[in-house]
Amino acid sequence: MARFVNNMRFAIPLIIFLIIAGFLASRLRGGYDPHIIPSALINKPAPEFQLQQLRNPAQTFSPTQMRGKVWLLNVWASWCVGCREEHPYLMELSRSGGIPLYGLNWKDKREDALGVLEQMGDPYVLNASDFDGRVAIDYGITGAPETYLIDQNGVIRYKEVGQLTPEIMEQKILPVVRGLNK
Amino acid sequence: MKRIGSLLIIFCSLSCLVLAKEAKPLSNDPELEKRLMALSEQLRCLVCQNETLAGSQADLAADLRDVIREQMKAGKSDKEIVAYLTDRYGKFILYNPPVDPTTYLLWFGPFVFLLAGLMFLFRYLKQRRELISDQPLSAAEHRQAETLLKPAQEKKTA
Repeated sequence: MARFVNNMRFAIPLIIFLIIAGFLASRLRGGYDPHIIPSALINKPAPEFQLQQLRNPAQTFSPTQMRGKVWLLNVWASWCVGCREEHPYLMELSRSGGIPLYGLNWKDKREDALGVLEQMGDPYVLNASDFDGRVAIDYGITGAPETYLIDQNGVIRYKEVGQLTPEIMEQKILPVVRGLNK
Repeated sequence: MKRIGSLLIIFCSLSCLVLAKEAKPLSNDPELEKRLMALSEQLRCLVCQNETLAGSQADLAADLRDVIREQMKAGKSDKEIVAYLTDRYGKFILYNPPVDPTTYLLWFGPFVFLLAGLMFLFRYLKQRRELISDQPLSAAEHRQAETLLKPAQEKKTA
């Protein structure tokens, strides 16, 4: 037995190697993306703002108008390639009529944004125009697209960095929504 | 040679154009700009994460520098501005990670490894010292050693 233990000592470097390799492999394969920064705003009130509506600049939109509803705020721009890739799914989402989808049009030109909605369809109930990107900073946005789930009390419950997909909706967002609607 | 020269001139003027485009409107207060650079040197650009907010050309970094500039003009302290940013972007924006429960492993991990290494070394040395401790030879072993050593000695002297 003692001899066996003695022999096993030579396996220690191998075991350490396997632990390190396993750790590295898990980071490579686990869908880990260092660009995704954990949001500082989860379970905090959604920052207040009042912005022009994209289609109707004479009117404004503010998150307070959404009290009592569970809704999605999708940050997008016409210059953002990922947003265009995401767009067809947003169309599908709005057709399904589940959660109301609002847009925060980020650092965009009005006519460019309207052009995209004309061309690819408009999945949003309405859009707020964040021309100078200040509201985006309040929301801790690092890139588009990003989507926030905001509850009846105006509290941010979930944030997705990157494109929404049916999988993310099914596995991440809808379970939270079901919890909120109880 | 002439062609290379003219190409160089073209490239230089191009880079000047690029620079001219990217130069951001600075405030006319050099003290404030200095303070802004010093502070944003300690902050991370959230788009290109290995760059500081001071050095980044990303749009978002420029926007954030504008926000910081405005707040400095409004008389906010560096501490207040950092708090404003961490409220929105989390501690990730800080290049110097603060010591708190989420970063204990980062700060103290190396010392734990050092301590573990020292303990291992100490135990190993102690074990080794026990192994090589003097054990006086018995009379029989003495004789055996002598017979083993003798022929060699004789050969040498021969």
